[in-house]
Amino acid sequence: MTITDTIRTALAALAANKLRSSLTMLGIIIGVSAVITLMAVGQGSQKGVTERIQGLGSNLIFIRPGESQASNVQAAVYGGQALTLVDADAYAINDPERFPYVEGVAPQVDFEGRLIAGGENTTTTIIGTTPDYPYVRDLYVARGQFIGDDDITRKGLVAVLGHRVAQTLFGNSDPIGKSVRLSVGPPSMSITFNFRVIGVMEPKGATATGDEDDLMFIPLPTMQARIPFLRNPQGLSNVFQITVKVSDRNDFGQAEKDIAALLRERHNVTEDDFEILTQTDVANLKAAETEISQTLWAAMAAIAGISLAVGGIGIMNIMLVSVTERTREIGIRKAVGATGGDILRQFLVEALMVTMAGGATGVILGVTLSTLADGRTILEQSVRADVSPFAVILAFGVSAVIGLFFGIYPAYNASRLNPIEALHHE
Amino acid sequence: MVKLTDITKVYRAGDVPVPALRGINLQIQEGEFLAIMGPSGSGKSTLLNILGCLDKPTSGTYELDGLKVSAFDEERLAVLRNRKVGFVFQSFNLLRRLPAVEQVELPLLYRRVPNRRRLALQALGDMGLADRVAHRPPQLSGGEQQRVAIARCLVTHPALVLADEPTGALDTATGHDIMRIFHRLNAERGITIALVTHEREVAAYAHRVIRLQDGQIVSDELNSSPNGSPAADGPSLGGDAGSEASRA
Repeated sequence: MTITDTIRTALAALAANKLRSSLTMLGIIIGVSAVITLMAVGQGSQKGVTERIQGLGSNLIFIRPGESQASNVQAAVYGGQALTLVDADAYAINDPERFPYVEGVAPQVDFEGRLIAGGENTTTTIIGTTPDYPYVRDLYVARGQFIGDDDITRKGLVAVLGHRVAQTLFGNSDPIGKSVRLSVGPPSMSITFNFRVIGVMEPKGATATGDEDDLMFIPLPTMQARIPFLRNPQGLSNVFQITVKVSDRNDFGQAEKDIAALLRERHNVTEDDFEILTQTDVANLKAAETEISQTLWAAMAAIAGISLAVGGIGIMNIMLVSVTERTREIGIRKAVGATGGDILRQFLVEALMVTMAGGATGVILGVTLSTLADGRTILEQSVRADVSPFAVILAFGVSAVIGLFFGIYPAYNASRLNPIEALHHE
Repeated sequence: MVKLTDITKVYRAGDVPVPALRGINLQIQEGEFLAIMGPSGSGKSTLLNILGCLDKPTSGTYELDGLKVSAFDEERLAVLRNRKVGFVFQSFNLLRRLPAVEQVELPLLYRRVPNRRRLALQALGDMGLADRVAHRPPQLSGGEQQRVAIARCLVTHPALVLADEPTGALDTATGHDIMRIFHRLNAERGITIALVTHEREVAAYAHRVIRLQDGQIVSDELNSSPNGSPAADGPSLGGDAGSEASRA
């Protein structure tokens, strides 16, 4: 019997029992669609993390103050982290002679502040930094300009607004040249300054460090000069983070070593009072953070696997029933010359067609579910789903393997039937 | 063409061996029309199953068309059933779901023959069923079903046609129609036929009648004036089958 005839015969047999065939498929449909959806969500969230890390900029090294034994006020205020980094460290790193691979250095101080402009007010993160910041972090100015070298030396009261802050305070009107009032500290004893807006940033969205549109940038020296508690007991100005952009990812190792040596020398310490993380390290840390959801993912994958196995057992059961019911048919086919192999192939192809039709339906269902879920918020979690062709091929392949695995025993039973006994079966 | 030598067949009922055939020696020449008679349990169906390559003898040798069938394994027996033997059963043994033409195509399907449809339609036409090709068994009369089964058996041009009580499920008139078809297949096409029956009138169509008792051949007689001989019957095969179809 040719394979075309075998398939035609199997299709006819399945069509004769439509309800049974579709019920048999159900387990496979559920299992395969679950596999597709789970893999899509796993892939999607992975992609989301990668995009957020990449959104930070490229080839970055982050230097942060380390744990320190020094007990000072700042340590208490900033969650046990001593402010061991000073802006002079950043300027020292920005030395093309000593660090030829460094493309940009941006020290920063972040704090919460209340902004008032006209009748509107908002609470946002204020970042004190230097002109390199947009280049290092891949940010672009939409209107006006970013903080310039002039504003640094003059310690100017100028500000650049993030996209959303500009929207909130000024709506559709142009904020350039307008004044913004910034209040820092508890309401009873807050300090207030007036800043002139010189630029607005392009929208960027969320990255690994948070919402990049809900920010206001001011020159770092302005911040240090105006806000006294940013100075440490030695009278130096602390920064929270120095971001260094190097020309190539391959320079990470060398840069990490050189910068550490420089900082030890400058801080006159043997034990590091700072922490250096490359973008790769950050990516790994973020990956570790998503591990909890991987446990969940594994549990759901187990459910998918179990439903596929149960579906397979269901197919085996139905095929065994079918072989018993069709004993006489098998006898007739054998009497007119069907070999054991012919009968084996016929029943195996029937099982395969059920699982593969179930697999195909499951793929369609899974892709539909993933597409519907993508970008939505489900159970307070924003879901990203990305169906890969690999997942589709895998799910389809698995359903075929299930058909083979669970179909072979009933098919073998059928092929071994004695033709005379089969013919006399009622 | 058929040569059985010292054929025995022993079934096992639990631990007790039940002999069905005890030393059958039989030769059937090409073009013979043989009836096998005997009471129930005499072993005639067992003998037919062995002749039809559906069953293997416990001992003895079976030669069919020069092939030593008794040495064949299951798969080769299946091929032999397909190529050398045609079966007609008492209960027709058609597949309920298939239309007549696909029933007849079935052996050709396993033989991977091209032009199956044409050959099957031709075989059904020969049986006078040209207007019944799309009908499924439940839509056909008993006589029509048996003629579909005969078409299925003949479409492969078998060397040996075996019939197991082919008239047993039919009324007397239709039974005679079927027997006349067998007679003509033998007389006009020279097809070798072996037929099991316990009805004397049916056996009367054969040229040679053997009787079995307790698994042994007890008599082997030639029938000098078989029923349905040209003297007794007029119309040709096609015409006669056609008349039966129009009656049904």
